[in-house]
Amino acid sequence: MSSNDHSNVKSHWHRRLLEGKSAIFAVAVTVGISVGGLVEIIPMYTVAAGPEQLQGVTPYTPLELAGRDIYVKEGCYNCHSQMVRPFRDETLRYGAWSRAGEYQFDRPFQLGSRRIGPDLHRVGKKYPDGWHWEHMKDPRSTSPGSIMPPYPWLYEKTYDVADVQASMTALQTLGVPYSDADISGAGQALKAQSDTIVANLASTGATAQGNEEVVALIAYLQRLGVDSRAALDARDGG
Amino acid sequence: MSVEPQTTAAAMSAVDYDDAIVKKFIFATLLFGVVGMLVGVILALQLAWWPANLGLEWTTFGRLRPLHTNAVIFAFTGNFIFAGVYYSIQRLLKTRLFNDVLSNIHFWGWQLIIVSAAVSLPMGWTQGKEYAELIWPIDLSIAVIWVVFAINFFGTIAVRKVKHLYVAIWFYMSMVITIAVLHIFNNLSMPATILRSYPIYAGMTDALVQWWYGHNAVGFLLTTPILGLMYYFLPKSVERPVFSYRLSIIHFWALIFLYIWAGPHHLLYSALPDWSQTLGMIFSVMLIAPSWGGMLNGLLTLRGAWDRLRTDPIVKFWVVAVTFYGMSTFEGPMMAIRAVNSLSHYTDWTIGHVHSGALGWVGMAAFAMIYWLVPRLWKTTIHSPAAVTLHFWIATIGIVLYVVAMWSSGITQGLMWRAIDDAGQLQYPIFMDTVLELMPFYAIRLIGGTMYLTGMLMACWNILMTVRGAPASAAAARPATAK
Repeated sequence: MSSNDHSNVKSHWHRRLLEGKSAIFAVAVTVGISVGGLVEIIPMYTVAAGPEQLQGVTPYTPLELAGRDIYVKEGCYNCHSQMVRPFRDETLRYGAWSRAGEYQFDRPFQLGSRRIGPDLHRVGKKYPDGWHWEHMKDPRSTSPGSIMPPYPWLYEKTYDVADVQASMTALQTLGVPYSDADISGAGQALKAQSDTIVANLASTGATAQGNEEVVALIAYLQRLGVDSRAALDARDGG
Repeated sequence: MSVEPQTTAAAMSAVDYDDAIVKKFIFATLLFGVVGMLVGVILALQLAWWPANLGLEWTTFGRLRPLHTNAVIFAFTGNFIFAGVYYSIQRLLKTRLFNDVLSNIHFWGWQLIIVSAAVSLPMGWTQGKEYAELIWPIDLSIAVIWVVFAINFFGTIAVRKVKHLYVAIWFYMSMVITIAVLHIFNNLSMPATILRSYPIYAGMTDALVQWWYGHNAVGFLLTTPILGLMYYFLPKSVERPVFSYRLSIIHFWALIFLYIWAGPHHLLYSALPDWSQTLGMIFSVMLIAPSWGGMLNGLLTLRGAWDRLRTDPIVKFWVVAVTFYGMSTFEGPMMAIRAVNSLSHYTDWTIGHVHSGALGWVGMAAFAMIYWLVPRLWKTTIHSPAAVTLHFWIATIGIVLYVVAMWSSGITQGLMWRAIDDAGQLQYPIFMDTVLELMPFYAIRLIGGTMYLTGMLMACWNILMTVRGAPASAAAARPATAK
């Protein structure tokens, strides 16, 4: 390879066959950039080569779904991952490593790419509801030295039943097993689950109405890793 | 091979190039470069000093970081690429751009998309996928504007006066096609409301599609078009032909073919099937070869012109840009090896890697092109050559501080996370201990980033003064021909 290879450029096959024919060139580029994606993505839809399945993982409840939308809205994934890797230090720090089947109802996925804060995939039921209530209001009250900002607006804004129903309808269209009854009954489901959280919070001295965004976010966080833990226990015999 | 095919002087002077559109894209590059980098500095400050969101929901790290990444990738880099592509394809094909109306729809449409991103992301309207945060109505607009760009691009090729397509155009073409494919397939989703949608992919499949997109947005927006611009503007700047024609063929086809496979390296040790992770790792390692092919073809083009490195700040910018390209494309494949990734993943090492590519390669190449282009477009000389050289040094030192701080921070935290004591327990069980250790590095990163932003502001001042000082007739005069 040297600069004197310019001497016979005009007779080079690439020059003759491709460089004067823009349409053929564009087709060649399209083929070239398509192969890798097709080979990697299509098998994900097959049982043999696709993600490992896990029985017993169920869709998010309406309140958890509302909380998940808030999690996405606030961009929590920019600082927190939801993927425990199969390393000794990670299972010691967080818990069981993450399985593909656990993510089957996650749209969008929220694996994250940077742990400015800790992984959250095993945070469900790790702390009481009141811990999250205090933490979101003042992160340093529960985690001394934290660099997370407080989220006071989560205590003022409320989630909207019709909005949650719109989300459930869209997800139902995509194949998430929400029944029509689930969607029409979302209001009662939201009320029932938030009442439980309000009661838990009351026991720690915090007063919530139940329709605050933070209540939905707590419901989502408390769900993370919970039914996969049960599913793994069932599969592996405890 | 000469940069431009031989053409008679008469034919050249007959072409009325559209340089107004190039000027517009250059101004947009400067404006959004400042915005994107300023937001980056604010984010760096927030990590060093958390109250820096001022208690406001719109300025939290979680909402602002997507604005930073989108602004730098799509606004700064995007506008820089469009300026360079529109300038160079007219010269390379000896024809005016296909359609002035399409050029202007492309320009104003793209700026409108950027403004809507600057509003929607702080509001928290997001799809929650990295570098693909923009909500579905904006995604549709991007698709439309990209098609406008593609029609204008291929239309210009269709009406070209030069038969053969120079290597720069191959790289541009790979961007036009691949970004369209990536953007459309990654954003396929079901709207729930005007502001919210859910992807048609779930869980690990969504993750794979996202990183197929995310990695190749790096590949086909931050790499191949910039290489194309290098193949045009670097030989122009040093007045030397490209080192090797054959090398450009090999590394072009290898690069675009291999790049697409590498996405799964973002999901190593995740629940993605092992075969997919392994493919991602292997293809990432193979990417060293075509990447370094491009680096070598760029650096060796300077053969016989190395003395200009001492005197010409534009050559300095190019050499640092291409060197950082080589460094980043060595580092990336290393980080894609499982054993290395187990340490680097989730840490600031990744952030450092991205910035050596974005600040070192993309940013320095942008400045090299702009400093070369502006005096030619306005038929004048640069207002302050000394400020160009100062910009070069302040930016280079800023990058080095930034990247070294992030390497140190990333490796420190990665080692602390995995440290196990003699009893088999975590040596640092409290996560916060591993965060507080990073504060000195965050301060250094803030200084490095601020230096780079300062250089960006100096460039804006220098360019504006250059344009203001340009001869008044330049605006009305016929645009410059290529030589």
